[in-house]
Amino acid sequence: MLTVKNVEVVYNDVIQVLRGVSLTVEKGRITALLGANGAGKTTLLRAVSGLLDIHDGEVTKGQIELGGRAIHGWQPAKIVSAGLGQVLEGRRVFAEFTVEENLRIGGHTRRGGLNDSIEEIYQLFPVLKERRRRTAGYLSGGEQQMLAMGRALMADPQVLLLDEPSLGLAPRMVQQIKDLVVKVNQERGTTVLLVEQNAMMALSIAHHGYVMEQGKIVMDDDAEKLMDNEDIRDFYLGRGELSTSYRNLKHYKRRKRWLS
Amino acid sequence: MTTFAQAVLSGTAQGAIYALLALGFVIIYKATHVISFAQPALMVIGGLFSYHFSAVMGWPFWPSLFVAILLGAGLGMLIERLALRQMVGKSVFTMAVITIGVDVVLRVLANRYIGADSRVMRYPGGGERYEFLGLAISHRQLTILAVTLITVVSLALFFRYAKAGLAMRATALSQETALAQGVRVGAIFALAWAIAGGLAAIAGTFIATGSGGSEQDTWIIALKALPAIIIGGLDSLQGAVIGGLAVGIVEQLTAVYQSTYLPFLGTNFSLVAPYALMLVVLLIRPYGLFGTREVERV
Repeated sequence: MLTVKNVEVVYNDVIQVLRGVSLTVEKGRITALLGANGAGKTTLLRAVSGLLDIHDGEVTKGQIELGGRAIHGWQPAKIVSAGLGQVLEGRRVFAEFTVEENLRIGGHTRRGGLNDSIEEIYQLFPVLKERRRRTAGYLSGGEQQMLAMGRALMADPQVLLLDEPSLGLAPRMVQQIKDLVVKVNQERGTTVLLVEQNAMMALSIAHHGYVMEQGKIVMDDDAEKLMDNEDIRDFYLGRGELSTSYRNLKHYKRRKRWLS
Repeated sequence: MTTFAQAVLSGTAQGAIYALLALGFVIIYKATHVISFAQPALMVIGGLFSYHFSAVMGWPFWPSLFVAILLGAGLGMLIERLALRQMVGKSVFTMAVITIGVDVVLRVLANRYIGADSRVMRYPGGGERYEFLGLAISHRQLTILAVTLITVVSLALFFRYAKAGLAMRATALSQETALAQGVRVGAIFALAWAIAGGLAAIAGTFIATGSGGSEQDTWIIALKALPAIIIGGLDSLQGAVIGGLAVGIVEQLTAVYQSTYLPFLGTNFSLVAPYALMLVVLLIRPYGLFGTREVERV
């Protein structure tokens, strides 16, 4: 559905952030993209959704295809119309808009049927319906995340990019958001690319996972296999032997790098 | 008392023109974060469009105004496309200076057209005046008030309900998020300039129908919109309207009373009065009367 081939991204003409990234997001599935801070996850999403321009970034190499069509170099509006939605990191709801206005702007590329779509979103996230006339900036973090997801779904995307939906949310809320991502994937058949720092949450719902480090994909496998992978358990899940005992740990092993 | 009420009424009519200009400034500022110093030229040229159609080509008043609004909007879009679109992402100060350049160029062209005499546009209502409760209002002033009211209300409805209006507000809040929703931000910039150009053309037309007409230094009138937007709070549409009216009223009141009560300030102090009001407002409320406070969750 979404294919990224050997993409390189440079900011400000000099700072190379992605160094030949390739990944495939298969139709109807949830794909997780893991990585530490600064690995280039958000940059990869920006490259896909065409938002690099305003950050003075540029795809210098490689190809990005959505449903077989090369979309790299397209304007963001065209990419959204082609069926790719993005929920930005930090939710970014329009704080001064009402909930409903936020949803309406999400359907900006649509020609009609806005009210029906809004109703669908309300069924998916009933709490938003209760708050429809409220100012979005005063919603709780979890509600804002739902609003951001609902807003992206208003354009009826085939592929949804989610950038850290669990960021700054309480554990219970993370659980709820997680269930909602699964629900969106199953009920609407939306393909999801999920970027997360919360690896446990991401791998528990994903079908496939990629691990990114310093601008490269360093590992990819089925989500279940990644969960069992010893290094992933150690460094991303905090579940390996390291989390219980540091006795056998040699100092150079403490933070594994696949690249040096 | 009658003198006072009369001054307020005339001031409101004049202030309505400032309000239209101020709205243009604010709409461009909100969409692009640039203060457009090209508004004076847009105003003068908009007025000249109307003048040309009605006085030279003999069209009736309203069609002239209508076509002038369209041409003013087109000119605004042209400026945005040719001079500013290339500079998106550059510093706001750079872009503001570019608008000064555009303003100078357009004003030279306009002054070529105007020549040495003032170009007075004939107003269809003539010098007709209406009286009520001892107050006099001219047909022209009444029209200005009506046109401004209609314009402001339609703008408010546009921003509240229209798809493009919503997209403009979204762009003003966050360009990146608007882009991610599929809003074509470039088109929004063009639209902002078009609206500002149209508003300036309305203002210019009514100034051209005034006693002074359009002459070489008519553009200075548009600068009155600066204290208006600062009083109102730079990013507020209602602030622009209220600021514009306040400037008009203060100016008129000073013109009427200052020579009696504060004669030592000399003649023509009314020209300075709006700026004095601006300073006072800035001292009390640095963000202007209606400048937005951020929505914050506590």
